[in-house]
Amino acid sequence: MIGNLDLVILQHIWWTICSVVGALFLFLTFVQGGQTLLWQVAKTDREKAFVINSLGRKWELTFTTLVLFGGALFAAFPKFYATSFGGAYWVWLLILFTFIIQAVSYEFRMKPSNLLGAKTYEVFLFINGSVGILLIGAAVGTFFTGSNFTLNDSNQVTWTHPLRGLEAAFSLFNLSLGMFLVFNARVLGSMYLVNNINFYKVPEFEARIRKSCLINFLCALPFLLYVIVSLLLMDGYGTDAQGVVSIVESKYLGNLLALPWVLGLLVVGLFLVLLGVTRTSLARSTTGIWFGSLGTVLVGLAVFFTAGFNGTPFYPSKVDLQSSLTIYNASSSHYTLTAMTYVALFIPLVLAYIAYVWRQMDSKKIGSTDIEDSKAY
Amino acid sequence: MEEVIMGEMDLVMVNWARAQFILTAMYHWLFVPITLGLSILLAFFESLYVRTGKEEWKHITKFWMTLFGINFAIGVATGIILEFQFGTNWSNYSWMVGDIFGAPLAIEGIFAFFLEATFFAVMFFGWERTTKGFHLFSTWMVAIGSNLSALWILVANGWMQYPVGMAFNPESARFEMQNFWEVLFSPVAISKFTHATSSSFVVGALFVITISSYYLLKKRHVEMAKKSIIVASVFGLLSSIFTAFTGDESAYSNSQYQPMKLAAYEGLYEGSKGADIVALGILTSGKKVGDGQDPFAFEISIPKGLSLMAKRELNAFVPGIQDLIYGNETEGIMSVAEKMEKGKAAIADLASMHVAKKAGDEAATGAAIERFRVNQDYLGFGYLVTPEEAVPPVATTYYSFHVMVYLGSFFILLILLYLYYSFKNTLEDKKWLLVLGVSSFFLAMIASQLGWVVAEVGRQPWAIQNLLPVKMATTNIEAGHVQTSFAIFFVLFAILLIAEIKIMLKQIKIGPEGA
Repeated sequence: MIGNLDLVILQHIWWTICSVVGALFLFLTFVQGGQTLLWQVAKTDREKAFVINSLGRKWELTFTTLVLFGGALFAAFPKFYATSFGGAYWVWLLILFTFIIQAVSYEFRMKPSNLLGAKTYEVFLFINGSVGILLIGAAVGTFFTGSNFTLNDSNQVTWTHPLRGLEAAFSLFNLSLGMFLVFNARVLGSMYLVNNINFYKVPEFEARIRKSCLINFLCALPFLLYVIVSLLLMDGYGTDAQGVVSIVESKYLGNLLALPWVLGLLVVGLFLVLLGVTRTSLARSTTGIWFGSLGTVLVGLAVFFTAGFNGTPFYPSKVDLQSSLTIYNASSSHYTLTAMTYVALFIPLVLAYIAYVWRQMDSKKIGSTDIEDSKAY
Repeated sequence: MEEVIMGEMDLVMVNWARAQFILTAMYHWLFVPITLGLSILLAFFESLYVRTGKEEWKHITKFWMTLFGINFAIGVATGIILEFQFGTNWSNYSWMVGDIFGAPLAIEGIFAFFLEATFFAVMFFGWERTTKGFHLFSTWMVAIGSNLSALWILVANGWMQYPVGMAFNPESARFEMQNFWEVLFSPVAISKFTHATSSSFVVGALFVITISSYYLLKKRHVEMAKKSIIVASVFGLLSSIFTAFTGDESAYSNSQYQPMKLAAYEGLYEGSKGADIVALGILTSGKKVGDGQDPFAFEISIPKGLSLMAKRELNAFVPGIQDLIYGNETEGIMSVAEKMEKGKAAIADLASMHVAKKAGDEAATGAAIERFRVNQDYLGFGYLVTPEEAVPPVATTYYSFHVMVYLGSFFILLILLYLYYSFKNTLEDKKWLLVLGVSSFFLAMIASQLGWVVAEVGRQPWAIQNLLPVKMATTNIEAGHVQTSFAIFFVLFAILLIAEIKIMLKQIKIGPEGA
């Protein structure tokens, strides 16, 4: 059945799937955000233990989602994988390093004889949550601002900037998107911790986390506004029916107007995040994370859809427009996309068991027994 | 591909990219076999707890789980590197095979990693939060998830060794998938999966035996150690016998699909009917293919053993390295020189196809593609400079293979002794055996790593067998970048390994009381 679909439909389906995974990853960066809040909201070792053990039950899902995002892009848009990972070498490697040091830190931090001491592993977690997320934002920013590469007849990439990808971090737009993601992750982290920890006998700890949600949201705002205003005003990259790429005036504004439902996702998403912030910081509710997470996913989807749909090269080249990658020229073959679509039918099942397990595990909040357990982080 | 015909490739970069792959893959494999084997043992221990209701089994489960967690974290951390690395250092490869190779990686994420990550949290933190039954289910899911991830990555690796279910698309310069099931059920993928997982079960079992033997020698936690040894020995014995079978199956599959690898690890230069197998031998140093020297300075052989193993027939012909390089008309083996001619023709046809396509000449484009199809199976040979380049490093492959086999046989014997003395209840008195047991995990790790050396060094120079040499698979990037990232990986890995070992030793010292 899926095999009868047009290649173009499959390409759209797979850009959608990759966008969903990417957007879910952005929501799951509440783990990274929480990591950067550690020293700020936790004043005692006990409070630190609450934060780490609460995040420690979720970090692997964020990590796995990042791995799947990479895997899905590799399978569905291999030209992007080859071009961007091989080309923008250092931005990806630095992101990678921050995730390597994260992965050991939960397990190693409180173990005796851990060589580096608890503080170092906390620094690792902070680097992952700050530098890692900032660079991911900068990399996503290049979907709009473009990169420096050419492709030859055999689709081999030549990167024309000596910084090999790090130049992405020197664009105000990319940097702002990165900073927004860092602060948004901290907002989500606060919401999650408020929801996940049992604050019995430690009300001031709870108050600090609720306050940090608001403060970080206020910090995120200027970056968000700059990104949105720039996006609406900037010239973008467009491709015509023959696949010829050119600079198009106000391309991304045009995309949002041409695809009003994407604009809807963006507006509703931002509103939900705002609602989550008010519920967490201005009310006594613990449900802010539900609004914040759904809102973040919707905003993420809007960003990826704006970058890839409506005849837009999602990975444009500044130096050679015709080398730019679109969902049409960068995708896998019809056969592979079909096979992978069958596989993707299982994704709802995966989401279902994750949701079921989370419900089981989170029905009781993280309390003293959890941080005193011998298995505690 | 005309831009990158030989000579323009930066071989310094290629070698650093190789070095980085060796470093990261072998480092990752320090932790993976423990995860694969120990996850199943945890499930066994906990099943015993749930069935018998005895707290001591829960105690045992929790102790090994602590060590599992330390190892798992660093295994996860090093696994993501490999996925990234295909893109960063091997982008030409990623483009050329992404249509096929990306799928198993994505499926691994969907089917395996989420299973592991989700149920890992229950296994570690869910003792009080879920029912006994659901907790046990979660422990099994972690074991199944870990081994499923091994399945998909070995399917990907198996495809590189024996590329099936695909066709080359000259216009996009890439291989495209034609049949998913052929890729998944490729005989090479199956034999790689069964051999890699069963041998990892042995590593996991010996991990438990090593630490338990240490406790017995120190007369600490004696009851836990003895119980652990019995479960690990039964599992280890079955796994090591199965490993021997799957190893034999791998050799048979090599003889069909990668005869050069087989010839290299058997040290077979001149093929023959009823070929002997070298049970023990020292290679002549400085031996080169075609120089007429005796390959062995010393050898003990089993008559006709190789023909039996490789072809399942006592008098079958097994080709040697020289037959495969210089050809053997009687046996119908084409020489590499001839394959190189065909490969060069294929590359030239690709180039003329691009020229014709740019000129808008459809007829000439079609003709070039048709000519290309004739020689496409030899594409990779067109990039070789000399026929001898198709010979893998023989000594490394040969010694790795033989040491692996000796160690594998030793483990079967060792575990049998452990079972025998355990049932006689005199294991504690057999100091010599316990000392051997303490060393067994380290030997198992060596054997496991050597297995990958045989599999990967033995198929050089190919990234994809016969189609893409390693030197053509890299990213267009200056060597300095790869050297720098290599240095960072090296320092980071050294620090994390020291930390991991220190933490592990400390936990072993603390023992089950701390669990």
